[in-house]
Amino acid sequence: MDLTDLYRDVILEHKRNPRNFGRLDPHDAAAVGHNPLCGDSLSLTLRLEGDRIQELRFAGEGCAISVASASLMSEAVRGRTLPEVATLYASVHALLTGTGDANAGDLGKLQALAGVREFPARVKCASLCWHTLNAALERRDAQQAATVSTE
Amino acid sequence: MSALPAAASPYVDAQGRLDATRVRADFPILARSVHGRPLAYLDSAASSQQPRAVIEAVSHYASNTHANVHRGVHLLSQLATEAFEGARERVRAFINARSTREVIFTRGTTEAINLVAQSWGGASLGEGDEVLITHLEHHANIVPWQMACAARRARLVAVPLLPTGEVDMEAFHRLLCERTRIVAVAHVSNALGTVLPLREIIAAAHARGVPVLVDGAQAVAHASVDVRALDCDFYAFSGHKLYGPTGIGVLYGREQLLEAMPPWQGGGDMILTVAIQSSTWNSLPWKFEAGTPNMSGAVGLAAAIDYVEMLGRERIAAHEQSLLAHATAALAQVPGLRLIGTAAHKAGVVSFVLDGIHPHDIGTILDREGVAIRTGHHCAMPVMDWFGVPATARASFGCYTTETDIAALLSGIGRVREVFA
Repeated sequence: MDLTDLYRDVILEHKRNPRNFGRLDPHDAAAVGHNPLCGDSLSLTLRLEGDRIQELRFAGEGCAISVASASLMSEAVRGRTLPEVATLYASVHALLTGTGDANAGDLGKLQALAGVREFPARVKCASLCWHTLNAALERRDAQQAATVSTE
Repeated sequence: MSALPAAASPYVDAQGRLDATRVRADFPILARSVHGRPLAYLDSAASSQQPRAVIEAVSHYASNTHANVHRGVHLLSQLATEAFEGARERVRAFINARSTREVIFTRGTTEAINLVAQSWGGASLGEGDEVLITHLEHHANIVPWQMACAARRARLVAVPLLPTGEVDMEAFHRLLCERTRIVAVAHVSNALGTVLPLREIIAAAHARGVPVLVDGAQAVAHASVDVRALDCDFYAFSGHKLYGPTGIGVLYGREQLLEAMPPWQGGGDMILTVAIQSSTWNSLPWKFEAGTPNMSGAVGLAAAIDYVEMLGRERIAAHEQSLLAHATAALAQVPGLRLIGTAAHKAGVVSFVLDGIHPHDIGTILDREGVAIRTGHHCAMPVMDWFGVPATARASFGCYTTETDIAALLSGIGRVREVFA
């Protein structure tokens, strides 16, 4: 496996010019993810309209893989419903780990992360943003549930 | 050991310097390739490789000697006990402890520090007391003290650093005060390479009657350690950073302190008598060695010590200092490279960051070039915070490191810069 398969042009381009970098205020959901392996942290803020992600921004310091993955994710999930995002996440997970069906969701540009699975030490770098997105959505669900239960 | 005149040792060149190429031939793993490239192993500060002498000693123990220690009348149990206690004597001589009662085998440095933090800390710390560490400690010399302080309502205080990565000694003298109950410091920083001024630290602490624990994980393989000359109260180190096996380490402790400390873990071997409601403790050092110890690890550690002394610790140190000077000068020429840790007195560690390129990416690309370095926070997150970086790339040297390894590192960094050009 060649290095250029990991550091594809799309990855390097997103690392140089990350999309949707920053913070949304106000926001409907947020979470911070940590990669204890490298000490990186990634914060996500997003706005939702019903169960559709309207906009997502990320901030933090990370390696090329984690920054590019978050940047690609921010574009890929925009305008998608939460069930669609869940399907996409399953496909990305399959793509990164080489297990399961990577074709279930429409990966599009996320295919650029295909080389990561040949670099096991880097899978966590690519998946950090997705885990953080899940945490943000789960927390929001929990908050909503809490709100519902007190009403 | 090393009574041989310099010229008679095959490990010494005509100038009396360590011949690292000859040393390298003793380490089987260094002959392998990675990703089709010759291996340049520059991660000895994380774990050093083992010479054939260690691998064979461990294998010989398992093939000829093994049985449980301290309990059998049969021959093998006696041989295993002799091998294990012989290793303890080997360690004692290596660090110049007064007695083998002061040499406790542990799983490693981490367990040794936990032992002191819990046993000594549990008995000696109280509300309002302070434990004094520094900002450059490895997590293994921070977290055990956090736990002990939380349990005893004591405070953990860290001495700040200078921009060079040296400990701010003015601040140290200010923070060492009537509330300080123990000082716990690294001998050598794993993330920065800084060598700490132990004599000054220990003298100041002792002037106040405060004991000092030294985390020697990064020091024992790179310089002579004499616990009596240092006058430290505890000294902890690991076998696997000294060309020995994993899972074996040492806690040296001053006998009076160890005597006064309660046992840490309970179990077999650490007791004299056991009844259902109470027990009596074994004498030192076994009081602190509950359960069947790591005999094969101890045998491997003794072989590693023999090997290191055969090469000569001063000779190894001189070799690593020469590599450090060479690597530091060469890295300074790389555009956008910043060294993290520029203390005047350093061990063979170079930590660095590259402008706009994350250490993880550096590590992956170097790996494909056959160069093994450590990237990340090096289990020293407070050091990273101090320097305002999430992580660094770190190359570290050992007795087998050659200039060829440094050249591979530099050419690998060139490749990193190409990928991210």
